[in-house]
Amino acid sequence: MTTVAAKPATKPATMAQALGRALRDSMAEDSSVHVLGEDVGALGGVFRVTDGLTKEFGEDRCTDTPLAEAGILGTAVGMAMYGLRPVVEMQFDAFAYPAFEQLISHVARMRNRTRGAMPLPITVRVPYGGGIGGVEHHSDSSEAYYMATPGLHVVAPATVADAYGLLRASIASDDPVVFLEPKRLYWSKADWNPDAPQSVEPIGRAVVRRPGRSATLITYGPSVPVCLEAAEAARAEGWDLEVVDLRSLVPFDDETVAASVRRTGRAVVVHESSGFGGPGGEIAARVTERCFHHLEAPVLRVAGFDIPYPPPMLEKHHLPGVDRILDAVARLQWEAQS
Amino acid sequence: MTVMEQRGAYRPTPPPAWQPRTDPAPLLPDAEPYRVLGTEAAGKADPGLLRRLYAELVRGRRYNTQATALTKQGRLAVYPSSTGQEACEIAAALVLEERDWLFPSYRDTLAVLTRGLDPVSALTLLRGDWHTGYDPREHRIAPLCTPLATQLPHAVGLAHAARLKGDDVVALAMVGDGGTSEGDFHEALNFAAVWRAPVVFLVQNNGFAISVPLDRQTAAPSLAHKAVGYGMPGRLVDGNDVAAMHEVLGEAVARAREGGGPTLVEAITYRMEAHTNADDATRYRHDDEVAAWRDHDPVLLLERELVERGLLDDDTRRRASEDAEAMAADLRERMNKDPLLDPMDLFTHVYAEQTSQLREQAAQLRAELEAAAEEAEAAESAKGETR
Ligand SMILES: Cc1ncc(C[n+]2csc(CCOP(=O)(O)OP(=O)(O)O)c2C)c(N)n1
Repeated sequence: MTTVAAKPATKPATMAQALGRALRDSMAEDSSVHVLGEDVGALGGVFRVTDGLTKEFGEDRCTDTPLAEAGILGTAVGMAMYGLRPVVEMQFDAFAYPAFEQLISHVARMRNRTRGAMPLPITVRVPYGGGIGGVEHHSDSSEAYYMATPGLHVVAPATVADAYGLLRASIASDDPVVFLEPKRLYWSKADWNPDAPQSVEPIGRAVVRRPGRSATLITYGPSVPVCLEAAEAARAEGWDLEVVDLRSLVPFDDETVAASVRRTGRAVVVHESSGFGGPGGEIAARVTERCFHHLEAPVLRVAGFDIPYPPPMLEKHHLPGVDRILDAVARLQWEAQS
Repeated sequence: MTVMEQRGAYRPTPPPAWQPRTDPAPLLPDAEPYRVLGTEAAGKADPGLLRRLYAELVRGRRYNTQATALTKQGRLAVYPSSTGQEACEIAAALVLEERDWLFPSYRDTLAVLTRGLDPVSALTLLRGDWHTGYDPREHRIAPLCTPLATQLPHAVGLAHAARLKGDDVVALAMVGDGGTSEGDFHEALNFAAVWRAPVVFLVQNNGFAISVPLDRQTAAPSLAHKAVGYGMPGRLVDGNDVAAMHEVLGEAVARAREGGGPTLVEAITYRMEAHTNADDATRYRHDDEVAAWRDHDPVLLLERELVERGLLDDDTRRRASEDAEAMAADLRERMNKDPLLDPMDLFTHVYAEQTSQLREQAAQLRAELEAAAEEAEAAESAKGETR
């Protein structure tokens, strides 16, 4: 873990501001870091994450591109081939889809194709997930597509401090990273002291957000605060839940997760993307493979329904909330039930 | 003899098979955006049509202000206003026959409304109660499309299919200046030209793609010039001149219907409001730029013309404004009622037949809803007892 001296800031920061700081510090430290995307310049991005970067570093370092996601990521490939470190912004989750061809056919496999000669240090920032009342195409959780593509790292912070630390590490990584930013946490202002020295977190380590003994909730991104809330609520039922925040889906921290499940003997995977063919299936399988003899019940999943993301007025019924998590926890008393 | 020795006699000739595929000259757009209002051409315009356009413009403007107000009251999740662009929206809808198809983007609610869709249904997507909520086949209006330019290949495919079936149906597809940078724009234009599909592409160039001005979007002389590279005509029109829009789009539709192939129309217009209510336009444009366009307002331009020619009496004016007010009042009233939503609908239209997984999930949600209802009822009766 490395530490970086931070300039003192006067206000507590939101996740969006922490991300912006990570971009700014990376750009200041390394002149090969370039930010590009739609509206990242004068507007500062639609979520204001890139606010001030063009002013500070000029249009060549933080660039408003033409409106073309395949073009943005495709040109980033060329820039990285020539030694730059592009950080591209996709405006919303569903608008990254035009860039899939570049991501899957080139970004993910350039290192492999060139037998290690040409790694691509590209960070693709994707605001993702629901819960903000967005209209169609503004709330997708696409992590399963990215996870299924070998060659990509997939990172999803859940706290303000991790947003900073993990984005710095992603930009410093010599491999491409899909960096998923949970939209509904952009304005969260948790435990970040902007005046303290900031830590850069290595990619691929999960953390125990809340220790507990009776079962493990395995989660990441926007579902982390929901699981913490569920763990608090479960105390009343006599459950002492451990919450593991994965922080990174690829690489996957088998050790932290398995250690937790061996301690507790029970596990529920929680995420808001669809369950069928979703990340939870992979996670449950890994946990079962490693902890079979320690498990008191099957690993359960609490996920979004297997439907196209619903309109804002109905999304509350789709997103996994505290009650659905508690129901799953209750089902973990497998012996009594079967 | 070597090539070097031959040199004096060598004359470069084109490769034998080469000749231009299409004469580019007739495809090129005019140097200036085509205009009718305030020019001699206006004299030839049909007074009846001008009056009709006036009424539609007044109604369209009122719809835009009402919908924007509904956003502020939290009744709409978002509204990308087309204030300032009403002439494009209205002309696009009015040049189509009933059998034709409209492919709108998210900003084109007004075109959809003018084509005859119920004012509340036109807002389903932006209100957030469902994504589209109407039957596209019934109205020949594709769903309002949010991912940029992705509706353009659909328009080409539909028009092509209609032609294969022998129907003289035209598709009109709308896109913004920013959307012309997407790969789908290129692919759609290329397919349309190669297939000679009966499609009209209408680009509303309103100066900005959210915050990005046109000169950061393209280096082309104009967006209409892009047509030439595909082998279709490009037309440049004053997008605030509703008579010019009606004429140019009408010609393009007629040409497509007669088998003449696609046209790319670029309308020069301006977005008077911010991109949406979530946008801060002061970050990327100056008030004087907006002010300059105010004098070139589409309603104002037509009004001036009508007054000049003595076609706008008080009665016509009053009727237009009363109609617009009535529409706005009706919209307000109906939008102020919460829509009746059944959460179980989440599972209804994912597949023609529900998968076993969806049936399971539907049962789960039904149980949750019933439990919540029982809880609410119990809480209500407990309150009654303590009273
Ligand atoms: C594929 C895709 N990328 C990004 C977006 C986000 N977005 C919505 S509107 C917009 C600007 C579009 O500008 P333009 O095409 O000029 O249309 P206008 O809004 O000016 O009518 C952007 C970037 C999107 N909807 N789809």
